[in-house]
Amino acid sequence: MFGNLSDRLAETFKSLRGKGRLSPADIDATLREIRKALLEADVALEVVKSFIQAIRDRALGDEVSGALNPAQQVVQIVNQELIQILGAEPRKLRYGKTAPTVIMLAGLQGSGKTTLAGKLAKWLVSEGESVLLVAADLQRPNAVEQLRVLGEKISVEVFAPEAGSGTGDPVKVAKDSIAHAKSRGLSMVIVDTAGRLGVDQEMMAQAAKIRDAIKPDETLFVIDSMLGQDAVNVAKAFEDGVGITAVVLSKLDGDSKGGAALSVASVTGKPIIFSSTGESLDAFEPFYPDRMASRILDMGDVLTLIEQAQKAFDEDSAQEMALKLAKETFTLEDFLDQMQQLRKMGSLKSMLAMMPGAGQMRQQLDNIDEKEIDRTEAIIRSMTPVERQNPKVLNGSRRTRIARGSGMSVTDVNSLVNRFEQAAKMMKTVAKGGTPQIPGMPAGVGGVVPRKKAKDKKKAGSKSGNPAKRAAELNAKELGIKPASGGAGSAFGIGN
Amino acid sequence: MSSIFFWRKKREEEKQASGSKVSDQTTANAELTAATLPIRSSKKGIRSLFAISKFDPDDLQTLEEILLQADFGLSASEKIVAAVKTEAKLQGASTESDLRKILAQVIESQLSSDKRELNLSSGKLPYVFLVVGVNGAGKTTTIGKLANWLGEGSWSVVLGAADTFRAAAVNQLATWAERAGAKLVGPKSDGQDPASVAFEAVETAISEDSDIVIIDTAGRLQNKSDLMDELSKIRRVIEKRAEISEVLLVIDATTGQNGLSQAKAFAEVAQVTGIVLTKLDGTAKGGIAFAIQSELGIPIKLVGVGEGINDFAFFDAKEFASGLVA
Repeated sequence: MFGNLSDRLAETFKSLRGKGRLSPADIDATLREIRKALLEADVALEVVKSFIQAIRDRALGDEVSGALNPAQQVVQIVNQELIQILGAEPRKLRYGKTAPTVIMLAGLQGSGKTTLAGKLAKWLVSEGESVLLVAADLQRPNAVEQLRVLGEKISVEVFAPEAGSGTGDPVKVAKDSIAHAKSRGLSMVIVDTAGRLGVDQEMMAQAAKIRDAIKPDETLFVIDSMLGQDAVNVAKAFEDGVGITAVVLSKLDGDSKGGAALSVASVTGKPIIFSSTGESLDAFEPFYPDRMASRILDMGDVLTLIEQAQKAFDEDSAQEMALKLAKETFTLEDFLDQMQQLRKMGSLKSMLAMMPGAGQMRQQLDNIDEKEIDRTEAIIRSMTPVERQNPKVLNGSRRTRIARGSGMSVTDVNSLVNRFEQAAKMMKTVAKGGTPQIPGMPAGVGGVVPRKKAKDKKKAGSKSGNPAKRAAELNAKELGIKPASGGAGSAFGIGN
Repeated sequence: MSSIFFWRKKREEEKQASGSKVSDQTTANAELTAATLPIRSSKKGIRSLFAISKFDPDDLQTLEEILLQADFGLSASEKIVAAVKTEAKLQGASTESDLRKILAQVIESQLSSDKRELNLSSGKLPYVFLVVGVNGAGKTTTIGKLANWLGEGSWSVVLGAADTFRAAAVNQLATWAERAGAKLVGPKSDGQDPASVAFEAVETAISEDSDIVIIDTAGRLQNKSDLMDELSKIRRVIEKRAEISEVLLVIDATTGQNGLSQAKAFAEVAQVTGIVLTKLDGTAKGGIAFAIQSELGIPIKLVGVGEGINDFAFFDAKEFASGLVA
């Protein structure tokens, strides 16, 4: 219906290209898309509102980072805030001071409590615990039987003195189970309770009674990851009625975005600690806030790119490079340095493929030969330090030696040197604030060095006011991104 | 409308007691008799959109937000607000109560459908209902309630327990069958192929001259292609023996925008003919069902409003719309 956020943001980014610091209007445009995406992902409206406000405040006040364009910065802030709400680090299950540790499960009907009880028990057993499952859902027909079958499958004892299906007192069952676990010397008790609605006061009171009877170390609130806007009401009701200590997200193997996780975490302030991810009893894992953040906003690709760009692009070295450019001392060694930085970003192709809107470029991507980078590197590595510092000393015999050393031809070496010189010259021009003239290149198509010209979505907008710094930024980006068009991709000016 | 009229098969004793009762009904099949069943109101489950937040008649953006909070989704909310704006302009309405009335009309008209009623009138017995949905939506409970209601109209009902996956799902359905006085056909062995259970249930219904067979299926998330394939197989196998008159997709009213994805996937695989909106007795408004109907044209047929055997109702667009704006 709406396409994913990555694509939508790509649209927004387009209009931001070539601008400097984000204006409030630019931020609003980006945030509008993010608001839509959050609503589509079922994040509750009140949570969306306060969230967007927080992002706007930060985006307006934040430092501008050299490695990212402004729109990417907004995305990064969004991601950081998402992770902060979802919990930066996965929290571990809280164990009681004395055995047995008591875990109570609570939630709406059909949220997946009983299945989760089985999964949790299996996981705890694998952690070396001895577990008792307690069938205190005496409401739903055959919930007791379901738990008994699950217990049998995983060889865990099930405490089920009542047949259920509408008969028996769940408070008594829960209470008795603790004594039973103690007498059996078991270390964990998991109490499955009936599904109940937040508005059902009688049932909520019963849940509170169960809680008081067993004094759980953890009261886990199980929510269906497909839950919509009602998540806030439900979470508040359970928080007020039973007092939850942590949240478990079920059915995460579906294709819902799971915005309810954000709603619940935000409204209750309680951490999400587990997620349930499939039909098998092993489909159970700790909750990973960062994964969830990406899932909700469907911007994992953009984020990976941002992360990699930041890691690789060291601010200090950028400054240094800018100085060098200004002083006209850009050498082959620097060229190599930059290439190595680029390597840190990972495969060029996969980098490009991660860019929003890269689908259209896929075909061109296939034309890029990453080997070219290897060859360029080989040639430079075959040079002496003196040669790298000053390519002017490269006479015929030196070139022959380099060619032999790198397993390339002299023509390749010549080609590299030529392109390097052009690049250095052009960067100098840029460094001085001029517009580079690119010889022999059709407009808008990156031929030699000036890949910065077009097709480079990533660079959108980030131009420093400082000419030297700007040149450095451009330079770094240019190295990161190959021209999308322009035939067989030649890397770093070799072997066209 | 206090009762619904359907056809069911005549019981033996009715056949003997002359056909006079039937004669006033035009049916080619003398084996059939008219059955009426009490209709149930869904009023109990519908909560006003404005119970917590109010909207500002001068700023209909606030109305859109209220709709969003009821899970109507962005697209449907925008559509509704646009329609309300247009209509308000036409009528020159500006007060809150006028706008509420207009909102009710807009919702009602967009939910109107001539395919609302359960398909129990074709006369081709036994009617076969297939009930599908994601895990935990309330399929089994819905079937229990439906079976009981049909039983009240002296229908003979067979329930097919084709959820052979979830632990004790068969027992859960058996409990409902007992409560509703229906016959249960379950798997003969653990993990029996659900399609074969469904087939046997239909066979049983045919051989025992039952009026209706309702097949319960395992909950499945719509993105699990193997499970969805299994569902289409169940469908195919049933159709070898009988026509399927209804494929009901059960949607939990608390479901958010994923409901659309569910409806799309199930409609494609199982040819869904109607939506059952369950758990409307909570705080959720079930706006997603509106989005589903307006986007995919699948009508909402039934609603579930509680755990009791009588807690279900036929969906009524007018009732729903006026309840929402009350």
